[in-house]
This record gives sequence, C-alpha cells and structure tokens, in this order.
Amino acid sequence: MIYAVLSLAILGGLFGLVLGIANKKFAVEVDPRVEAILEVLPGANCGSCGFPGCSGYAEAVVAGTAPLNACTPGKDEVRQTIAKIMGREAGEAKERKVAQLLCKGGSDRAALLYEYEGIRDCHTAATMFQGPKACSYGCLGLGSCVEACPFGGIQMGEDQLPVVNYELCSGCGACVDNCPQHVLKLVEASQLVHVRCRNKEKGKEAKKACTVACIKCKLCERNCPEGAISVVADAEGSIAVIDYAKCTNCGICVEKCPTKVIEKMLPLSTLLEQNKDITSGQKPTSCQNCGLCQ
Amino acid sequence: MNTSTFKGGIHLPGYKEGTEGLPIVPASIPDKVYLPIAQHIGAPCLPLVEVGDEVKKGQKIAAGKGFVTAPIHASVSGRVVAIEKKQHPGGNFVNCIVIENNGQEEWADTVKPHLQPGDLSAEEIRNIIFEAGIVGLGGAAFPAHVKYAPVEGKKADCIILNGVECEPYITADHRLMVEKAERIVAGLRYILKGTNCEQGIIAIEENKPDAIALLKKVVAADKHIRVQALQVKYPQGSEKHLIYACTQREVPVGGLPLDVGVIVNNVGTAVAIADAVEFGIPLIERVVTLSGNGIKNPANYLVRIGTLFSHLIAESGGYTGEIEKIIAGGLMMGKAVYTANIPVIKGSSGIVILKKTESKKEREYNCVRCGKCIEACPLFLEPTTLVKLAKRGLWEETAQNNVLSCIECGSCVYVCPAQIPLVQYIRRAKQAINVAKAKARAKAKSEGGKE
Repeated sequence: MIYAVLSLAILGGLFGLVLGIANKKFAVEVDPRVEAILEVLPGANCGSCGFPGCSGYAEAVVAGTAPLNACTPGKDEVRQTIAKIMGREAGEAKERKVAQLLCKGGSDRAALLYEYEGIRDCHTAATMFQGPKACSYGCLGLGSCVEACPFGGIQMGEDQLPVVNYELCSGCGACVDNCPQHVLKLVEASQLVHVRCRNKEKGKEAKKACTVACIKCKLCERNCPEGAISVVADAEGSIAVIDYAKCTNCGICVEKCPTKVIEKMLPLSTLLEQNKDITSGQKPTSCQNCGLCQ
Repeated sequence: MNTSTFKGGIHLPGYKEGTEGLPIVPASIPDKVYLPIAQHIGAPCLPLVEVGDEVKKGQKIAAGKGFVTAPIHASVSGRVVAIEKKQHPGGNFVNCIVIENNGQEEWADTVKPHLQPGDLSAEEIRNIIFEAGIVGLGGAAFPAHVKYAPVEGKKADCIILNGVECEPYITADHRLMVEKAERIVAGLRYILKGTNCEQGIIAIEENKPDAIALLKKVVAADKHIRVQALQVKYPQGSEKHLIYACTQREVPVGGLPLDVGVIVNNVGTAVAIADAVEFGIPLIERVVTLSGNGIKNPANYLVRIGTLFSHLIAESGGYTGEIEKIIAGGLMMGKAVYTANIPVIKGSSGIVILKKTESKKEREYNCVRCGKCIEACPLFLEPTTLVKLAKRGLWEETAQNNVLSCIECGSCVYVCPAQIPLVQYIRRAKQAINVAKAKARAKAKSEGGKE
C-alpha cells in the first residue's frame, strides 16, 4: 500500500516537473492582442473579411495587413474595441450591407412546370430544368440560403421565399454564394429601392411564368429623374437594373412599375424599431417560440 | 455456360418482355427535328449554319473546338427555321438547331461510301469516326474517337463491346444484336484496326441467349473475337464492372479503362462505326426503346436524332391513361423529364413511361444502419456515410471517402429500407466538389495570368 502511494507520488512529481520545465522552455510567443481581438470577434468564421476565419483576421489585424473595419458581422462595436486594443484610430465605418432577395415569385405567384420530389436543396432542383418554376431565373424556395446563413438570419416565409432578418443579417454573403439562382445580392443598407426580379425573358414570356415579373416596359427607365434605373440587355435578354450609386430612393419607379416588381422598403432603422415593438406586443414572423424574449 | 460477373450489385426485375421480341421498326420521320448543340461529353458545338439555310441529310451543321467533342449532322434535309433554347434530356435548356423537313431525303455530297474500306489505315479510320460525329451510344455519349486515340505509355490490347443492357425495360441493344449481328462484328473489326488491337470481346448478359448464340455463330471462324456470356446482375453494363467480369482487370480509382489496356464500346456504336467507315454515313439515327406501363404499344424504333419524344409517343398510340413520369433513359439511371416535348439525342437509348399508381408517395425515413447499401454498392463505397457527410455539407470529407468514384447506378437506393434518395445526396456532393474544383482552377489561372 505504502509503496504504491509512494511510487505514484514520485512519478506524479517527476511528470509535473518535466511539464513545468517544458512549459517555460518551449513556450510559444503569442501576441496577447491576437487573443484579445479573437475574444471580441463574433466567432462565426463567416469569411466576409476575406481571411480564413476569425483567428485569421485577428492575426492579420495585429500584423497590420488587415483594415480594422473588415468584420461586417461585428458592426461598429467590434471595430471600436479592436481599435482600442490596437491603440489606433477606429477610422471610418464600412457601410453596412444586407442581403436582398431579387425575386417576388412565391409559391402563390409563380407558375409551376412540374412537381419537384427530390431532396430539399436548391442546387439539386436547379439541375432539373432550373427548378420546378416556369421562371428559370427565380428563387427555388428550397432554403439553401437558410442552411448557409451562419447567423440564422434567414427564414422561409409562407410563400416559400426566404425572408431576411435585418437584425441578424451581417452582410457576410454566405447566402449569396450558396444560391444557385443568384437571386440574393448584397446591397448597402441605405438603399431602399430594389428590382425584385431577375427574369431576362421577353415580357410576354416572363409574365406567363410569374405574375410579378419584369416585363421590360421601360416605364421606370423613362420616369427616373436621376437616370439610375435602366433596362439592361445582354446575350440572355434584358432586365431592369438599378445603379445604386445614382439612386436617391425617390420611389418614382416604384409608383410607375405596372407589375410591382420594384419595391421600396422602409428604412432599416424603422424596420428594426418595428421589430422591437412587435417583440414587446405580438410575435414577429420569424418567431421560433424559443421563449428567450420573455 | 461459362459466365462471370463482379462483386456487389443487385438483382432487378427486367421488364423486358414487352419489347424484346419486337423487331426494330423505323419511326416515321417528323416534320421538324430539334438538334441540340450539346449531345456529347466535352465542348459543346457551335452552329455552322444560319436560320434560313438549306441543309441536306448528313450535312455537318455544328462543330466544336478542341479534341473532346463530336460534330453534329442534319438528320433530315430541309431548311433551318430557328436556333433556339429548348429542353434537353439532360435536364437543362440547350440551344437547338431546328430543321424543317422538306421530305426530299436528299443526302449531302459529303456522304460518300469508301470503296475499299479494307485498305484504310488506323488513322484514317479514326478520322472517319470523328467526322461522322460518333459518340458512345450506351448513354454517356463520350466521343468515340477520343477513346481510340493513342496515348503515350498506354497500350490497349482488348476491345470490349458492351451488349449487356442491364437497365430494366430497355431492349434497343438486344434487338440490334439479334438483327444486325454481322454489322456489329464488322464495326468491331474496324475498331480493332483503328486501335491496332488484337483481341475483341462481345459481352452479353445470359438473359439474351438468342443474341449470344447468333453472335457466337458469326464470330466462330474469327480467332481474335469471342463472345462472353455474363451473369444477369445490375449494373453489369457499367464500364468498370464489365471490364472486371470479362478480363479480371480492375480499373484504378480515378483511372480510365485504358489504364488496364481496355477500351469499351456499346454494340450500337459498333454498328454506327461500320456504317460510317463503309458507307460514309454520319450518326443521324439510332435505336430507341419506348416502353413502360404507361404507353399503349411499346416498341423498338429506329429514330432520327432530333425527333421529339412526343412524336414517338403518338406513333405508339399514346398513353394508357394518366401518367406519373416520363424517364429519358433507363429506369435506374435515366432522368425524369416533365414534358414529352424533348428531342431524342445521340445518347438516348430508351424512353420509359410510367403510369400513375394508386400507392402513396414514398417518404424519406431515418437511416436504420442496416448496411444494405454498403453490400449493394458495386464500387465498395459506403453510401450511408457519404450521405451523412453530404447532408452536413462536408464536401471535402465526402471527397476523401471517394464520392467521385460513384457511378450513380442507384443500387443503394433500390435496397434502402428507409427510402433515402442516396444518389441525390451523392450527386449534390459531386456537384459541389466539381464547382469547388472549377473555382480553384479559375483562381489558379487568373493568378498565373497576373505573374
């Protein structure tokens, strides 16, 4: 008994000593600032900064090769804290971008070619004649963007179109990359007017495929005082496109559009405010009944 | 009978009774043919004609750039009325050259018989095959001349003609072997000459005893060619499994049949080659089986490329009732299409029409870990593991588990008691891996360009 205790105690002491020495002697120098920055970053590893994950970005900031405002999900707060850690000026904030859906062809509006029975994945549906919808440009509504969002910022709405939660959307672009139909686009949050259609077919064809389709009437182009919206033609066809650099959010095109594909949304701040009101009163559309808000 | 086969695989009901006894009949020639510019693996073709041009039967109307491609020929004589996007049996929209048939059946000047086909050199034969636009007629539509082109350091010593036809319902190759045995053997001899090979094997599943007996008789005097009977098992007609069954050689992972000195061709391809080498006729028609319980009169048709499915369906008396699915290709590996307004292309071996059933739609259950898919997989993969990884989007891990080796034969799905559509998930993984690869290549190219 005594021998067992003694030998184990000696062994333990020996190993402890070796580990202690190794810890001192082979210590890896880590800049404490990297650790500190990593601490404040959101940790979603979304890649929107252009570096491999949050740790990659933290190292790059300390090395001086990355700007302080590259972390989009972190917003203003993270930028200020990083600046404090680095002892530098915080600098200009990057303008916030959010994902916009360029399609209004929900299940009640888009015509169907066939009944899709495959797996719930937009990429797979896209290999079957660009999906079951008659419009080969539209949202397939199987939720590959929902899967892709690292922040849980997208939910499927009742009409099988994704709804972006602007509070959670960080503008990382993961959904944009994972959309086979390219109906999601990152746009500056200050831009309120969007053409929610990508169908490049001729007006008649487009209208047949979906009740909310751009019919290339050019009313928007003719009425825009800034020349910001125009029907752009390419090899595939044509579609109304907004030049966001010129758009002043006046909303004249929204009024003129006969099929209501151009939409003006409320300013983000108002939307977020409303969302808060809803949370205090009734359930928002994206409510998962988790009970956290109570 | 001395038969051989491979490990794994499944036993399927054949459903061939409906058409295996019916002779090949020429389908009526439609008023309009739709010829997609992409009918083969490799670079799509560019049209050589414009709207309004008069074309003759057999005239080359589209050709591609590069080596891996096959030209496309007009299958009727008439006028080009449009070049427009149209549904393609592959599940996408492809530009089609639409020719209005003038009923003259006039051959192009380029179509000339070769008077001394026996005197042609290997290179000349390969060139004729390329110019005739011949692709593998088994389904994958890989350009034939690419397979025959000599590759440095690799020597083929054996040509296998694939007459297995393991897909249910399809009997196009079976009928061809019964009716055109002489032409198949003639085609095989040209392939042997074009590739400087010594040995030819015609492989047939033993559920076609009439074809085996007939071909054995035809090649009895030829010591270079033999007929190999194979056990009835799915997917016996897969290239790798066919090679193993006939020669006991295993194609390495990611390798080609040429790595083990074998070239595989469909029996239909051999007939097309015989026609091209002797008569100079390009690939403008093929045999298509129209079958299934949803069609009134199943048949084996000799069809002009570009004929719409709907034309053939009307020729067979239409549907028996409400239909559930139109499948372009076989039941196991074909693709369901939503309309019959789709042209027959070089790789279309069959059209299967299924009628609506009373039974409930299948739904996917959770994996019960029975391992049946692993037993069935003829490539010794673990379909269940691949699907679990694919569901989580772990594409790199699926690649490490050799997802790219999957031939999408569907054996795993057939045996799965939980009705998991394994192949769909596997296809998704393969698609994601190929997209990532293409992106990496494009990136490497743009960076290389900068330097």
